Amino acid sequence: MLNVGKIEEGFVLDHIKAGKSLSIYHHLQLDKLDCTVAIIKNARSNKMGKKDILKVECDINTLNLDVLAFIDHNITVNVIKDGKIVDKKELILPREIKNVIKCRNPRCITSIEQELPHVFVLADEEKEIYRCKYCEEKAGKSASAW
Amino acid sequence: MNPLDFSVEELDRLFDLADDIEANPAKYAHACEGRKLATCFYEPSTRTRLSFEAAMLNLGGQVLGFSDAGSSSASKGESVSDTIRVISCYADICAMRHPKEGAPMVAASRSAIPVINAGDGGHQHPTQTLTDLLTIRALKGRLGNFTIGLCGDLKFGRTVHSLINALIRYPGIHFIFISPPELKVPDYITDMLTERGITYEEVIRLEDSIARLDLLYMTRVQRERFFNEEDYVRLKDFYILNKEKMNLAKKDMFVLHPLPRVNEISVEVDDDPRAVYFKQAQYGVYVRMALILTLLESADKDR
Repeated sequence: MLNVGKIEEGFVLDHIKAGKSLSIYHHLQLDKLDCTVAIIKNARSNKMGKKDILKVECDINTLNLDVLAFIDHNITVNVIKDGKIVDKKELILPREIKNVIKCRNPRCITSIEQELPHVFVLADEEKEIYRCKYCEEKAGKSASAW
Repeated sequence: MNPLDFSVEELDRLFDLADDIEANPAKYAHACEGRKLATCFYEPSTRTRLSFEAAMLNLGGQVLGFSDAGSSSASKGESVSDTIRVISCYADICAMRHPKEGAPMVAASRSAIPVINAGDGGHQHPTQTLTDLLTIRALKGRLGNFTIGLCGDLKFGRTVHSLINALIRYPGIHFIFISPPELKVPDYITDMLTERGITYEEVIRLEDSIARLDLLYMTRVQRERFFNEEDYVRLKDFYILNKEKMNLAKKDMFVLHPLPRVNEISVEVDDDPRAVYFKQAQYGVYVRMALILTLLESADKDR
C-alpha cells in the first residue's frame, strides 16, 4: 500500500467517504493555502471498505473545519502536534455556510445575481436544516453541493 | 424583512405609535420634513407603492423612486447591491419591491439607509402582515383570544402564511382554515401548529364555520398561481362571501381582505359595518407611517 509520511503539525481527516476527498479539499479552500496536502483516495478500511484520507500539514489554528460537520458527520478529525495526535476534534454544525451549497430556488435573488455568495444559515440544529439567507429555501444535508 | 423581525413588545410599540398617529395626525404632519423615501419597485404594485408614498407624505416627507424594473437601471443589468448604494445617497429610507425572493435582504446588507421589504416574490410581504395585525388590534382591541377563519387560497397565499406565523405568538388563538382540498394550508404550517399545541380545524365550507368566527380573513384565488385556466375557473367561485353568509355570522365578526378582491366578496357585503377591508387599507398607511418613523429614528441613533 501507498505510504505517506507522518506530519509534524496539522490535521488528518480520516473516514472520508471514498471519492469525496477532493470536494473537501475545495470546501476547506486548501487550494489557497501554501502547505503540504496529501489526498489519499480509496484507502482500505475495515469499517468502510474503502475510504479517503486527507493529510494537511499546517498551523492547527489556521484552518476552520466547521464546514466538515455539514458535509459529513462521520469524518474523524485528528489534530496533530509534534508528530502526535493531540486531539480528536468534535464537529459542530456551523451557524452559517458560505458557497458550500447552492440555492436551487429559481425565484431566489441568487438565481439572477451571479456574484452574490450563496449563504445558508442553520435553522434547525436537531434536524440539521439550513435555510438560504435570502429566500429561506430549505436545504438538508442531502442538498446538492457546489 | 420579515414580520417576525420585531418582537411582540416591539410590535406593540409600533402599533401604539400607529394608534397615536390615527388619533392625532396633525402631531405627525411634519415629523419627516426634509426626509425622503425612495420607493424602488422592480415590479409594479401600485397599491403598496401608493400606500408607502401616502405614508411618507402624511409625515411631511418627500418621495422619489421608480415603479417598474423597465424604467430603472435594473434593465441595464445593474445589481440590487449597486442600486441601493446609489439610492442611499439620494434618500433617507427605502421601500423595495422585487420579484425575486430575498432581494430586499441583499439590498439591506449593502445599504447605508434602512430598507423596508415591500414584498419579495412569493416570500414575504411584512407590511401587509403589520397592516393585518394593526387592523385586528384596532378593531378587536386585542391580539389573541379569538377564533379566526382564513378562507380561500391557503396553499399559495403568502399573506396568509405570514399572518399565521405572526399570530401564533399571541395566546388563545384558534384557527379555522376554510379552503378547497386543492388549496389547503401546507403541511409545514399544520405541523408547526400541532407542535406548539395551537388548535386548528380544516373545513371545506364557509357556511359551516362562519357562525363561530370572531374574524374572517378572505383571500383572492390568484389566477397566476394556477397552471391551467380550467382549474382556476373551477375553484375561484368556491368561496364567495355574500349577504346570506354574513347573516349567519356573529354581530362583531369583522371581515378582512388584503385586496384587491375579485369576486370572493360580493359588493353587497361592502355596506355591512363588519366589512373592514377598506378600513384595513387606511390602517396600512398608519402602520407604514409608524414603521418609517421608527426606522428613521433608529437610523438617526446609529449615526
